[in-house]
Amino acid sequence: MAVETLTMAKALTLGLAAAMQADEKVILMGEDIGPLGGVFRVTEGLQSQFGATRVLDTPLAESGIVGTAIGLAMRGYRPVCEIQFDGFIFPGFDQITTQLAKLTARHEGALQLPVVIRVPYGGHIGAVEHHQESPEAYFAHTPGLRLVSPATPHDAYWMVQQAIASTDPVLFFEPKSRYWPKGEVDFDAPGIDLHASRVVRAGTDVTVVGHGAMVSMLLDAAELAAQEGTSIEVVDLRSLSPIDYGPLLDSVRRTGRLVVAQEAPGSVSIGSEIAATIAERAFYSLEAPVLRVSGYDTPFPPAKLEGIYLPDVDRILHAVDRALAY
Amino acid sequence: MSYTPETLQLLAPDGTRVDSEATEVYLPYVDALTEQQLREFYRTMTVIRRFDAEAGNLQRQGQLALWIPSIGQEAAQVGSGFAAKPHDHIFPAYREHAVGYIRGLDVVKIITMLRGHTHGGWNPAETGNFHLYTLVIGSQALHATGYAMGVQLDGLVGTGDPSTDTAVMVYFGDGATSEGDVNEAFVFAQSYQTPQVFFLQNNHWAISAPVRLQSRTPLFHRPRGFGIPSVQIDGNDVLMSYAATAASLDAARGGEGPQFIEALTYRIGAHTTSDDPTKYRDDDELHYWQERDPISRFETYLRGLGEGEAFFTEVHDEAEQFAAEARARTLALEPPPAESMFAHVYSQAHPVMDAQREQLADYEASFEGGA
Repeated sequence: MAVETLTMAKALTLGLAAAMQADEKVILMGEDIGPLGGVFRVTEGLQSQFGATRVLDTPLAESGIVGTAIGLAMRGYRPVCEIQFDGFIFPGFDQITTQLAKLTARHEGALQLPVVIRVPYGGHIGAVEHHQESPEAYFAHTPGLRLVSPATPHDAYWMVQQAIASTDPVLFFEPKSRYWPKGEVDFDAPGIDLHASRVVRAGTDVTVVGHGAMVSMLLDAAELAAQEGTSIEVVDLRSLSPIDYGPLLDSVRRTGRLVVAQEAPGSVSIGSEIAATIAERAFYSLEAPVLRVSGYDTPFPPAKLEGIYLPDVDRILHAVDRALAY
Repeated sequence: MSYTPETLQLLAPDGTRVDSEATEVYLPYVDALTEQQLREFYRTMTVIRRFDAEAGNLQRQGQLALWIPSIGQEAAQVGSGFAAKPHDHIFPAYREHAVGYIRGLDVVKIITMLRGHTHGGWNPAETGNFHLYTLVIGSQALHATGYAMGVQLDGLVGTGDPSTDTAVMVYFGDGATSEGDVNEAFVFAQSYQTPQVFFLQNNHWAISAPVRLQSRTPLFHRPRGFGIPSVQIDGNDVLMSYAATAASLDAARGGEGPQFIEALTYRIGAHTTSDDPTKYRDDDELHYWQERDPISRFETYLRGLGEGEAFFTEVHDEAEQFAAEARARTLALEPPPAESMFAHVYSQAHPVMDAQREQLADYEASFEGGA
C-alpha cells in the first residue's frame, strides 16, 4: 500500500489507527465518535477495531472532555479529543488555555501533557452559525500550546501521528472543507516534521502563504496567475504555533512581496503576526508592504454570504496585483 | 446553622462521643484507630494551625504577596487526609495545607508559591501523589475525574487487592459547587463510574458570598441528583471526617463508583489575606463556629481518654518550632532566575522560547559596563 489516493477524512482515520496501534496509551474521546464515527466520520470503524475503552463516547460537555483528558494524560495516557465543530470549542476554552497550556510550566517540567485536540474548522460547507469558524488565533496567542493544520491527505495522515507523539498539547485544526477531496498518501514516506512549513509551488514574483483549506485556494490562484504571466510561490504554513519562518523568509527575500491569506478575521490574527514578523526580519527585501487577505472582522455570516466573506481566488489575485503595483 | 438531621457526627463540640444508628457503619474505622494515630491527628491539626498563623504573619510583614488561611478547617482536612492510602491520588483546591503535610509535602513550598517564586512548587510524584494547587475554582475536579478514569482503564479498581486498588480524592469548596467544571465532573464521574471521592469542604463562604447564594438546597443533596451517593458530616469532627472518608474511599476503590462527602466546617479566617470579612459577616456567626472548634474538641476527647499534659506540651513546642523554622526558611528563599520563565513552557525545544531567552540575555547584557 505504498501510495493510495484517499480523502483527508480517511487519511485521518488511518493515521489515528496507526497511532493507536503503535501505542496502547493512545485513546480517543469525544461526542458521537463511537458507533457513529463522529459527525465527519473521521473515527469511523475505530471503536469496533479498538474497543469502547479506547474510543470513548463522552457526555456532551467540552470542558469535561478537555478537563478529563488532562487527568488521563497525568495518569500516562495520550488522549486525542475531538471537538465536534470549531464554534463549540469555547465551552472548553478555559481548560485549554488556563490548564492544559500551563500545567507543564506549573509543574516546572515534572509533567508532560501529550493531549491532542482535533478541531474541524473553517467554512465552505454552507453550515449554520458556529459551524464554519476559524478560531485558531485565540490558541496561537496562548503560550504552552502547539497548533498545526494539514492541507492535504498525506500531511493529515502523518501530522496526526506526530501530533499524538508530541509530549506537549497540540491543537490539530482539520480544514473541514478539505475532508472530502482526494489526494495521494504515501504510507512509506519517512514522515514529516510537524512544525515545518514548506514551499508547495515555486515562483518568482510574489509569495503567498496560508494554511489548511487556504492552501488549495492559493494553488488555484497561482495556476490562474501563471496563465497571465505572473509567477506565484505558494507556502503552506502547516504549523501555526510555532510558525516556521525559514522557508517563508527565504521566499520573501527572493520575491520581495508577500500576501498572507486566511479564512479567519484579519485583525489580531495569524496573518497579522506573519506580516509583522516579515516586516521585522525581511524589511530590506520587501518591495511592497505585506498584504493580508482574510475573512472580514464580522461574525461568520449566514451561509448564503460565505462566498463573499471568505477569501477566494479573485480576492487573492487582487491582493497579488496590489502587491505587484508598488 | 447548616447542620441537618442527616449530618453525621461522632464527636460532639464538647468532646464527647455521639452514638447514633446512622454512624454505626463507621464505627469499625474509628475503633481500629490506635492511640498513636489519634495523637497524630491532634499533632497534625495543631502544627498546621500554628504554621498557618505564621504564614499569615509573614504576609502581614511583607514577606508574601498573599496567604490563604486554613484555620477552622483542620478536622475536615486531617481526618480525610489520613483516610487516604499512600497510593491514592489527591487533587486539592488551594487551602488544603494539612492534607499536603500529611502526604509528605514540605508546606514551605506552599509559601514559595504564594511568595511569587513559582506557580507550582512541588512534583506530585514526590509528595505522596498530592497534586498541585489549582487557583481557578473547580478546574481540578475534572482533572481528578480524568485521572480516576485512567486508574479505571489501568484495571486498578475492584480487584480486591488493597495494595493496588486505587482511589482519587478531589477537594473543593462550597463556591466551587456552582462552577460548570464541578458539575461536569459529576456527570463524567457517574457516567464512567470512576473510583473517586468528591470531598466538599463547605466553609460557608466563597469570599463574601454566603453558601445560601450558591444553593437553596443542602449541597450534599445535589450529587444525588447526578446518581452519586452522598453524605453530610460534621467537618469539625476529625473522627467523622476520617471514618466517612475511609468508607467512601473503600467504596470507590471497590468499584462502587464515585462518592461524595459534604464536610460542614467554617472559614474562621479571611478568604485570603486580601479579604476583610468584617464587611460582610457578623460576629455571632463567627462565635458560633469558634465554639465548635475542631482542635479544642479533639483535645477534650483525648484528655477524656487519659492523654496527659506532657503530650499537649510536647505538641505545642513542636508547633512553635515548626513555625519558627518555616519563618527562617521563608526569609532565606531566593527568587528564581529570570530565564526560568522560558524553561518549561514546552517539554521540548521550542524556537520562540529559545529566541526570547536569548533576547532577554542580550538585553540584560547590554547594561553591563553601561551608564
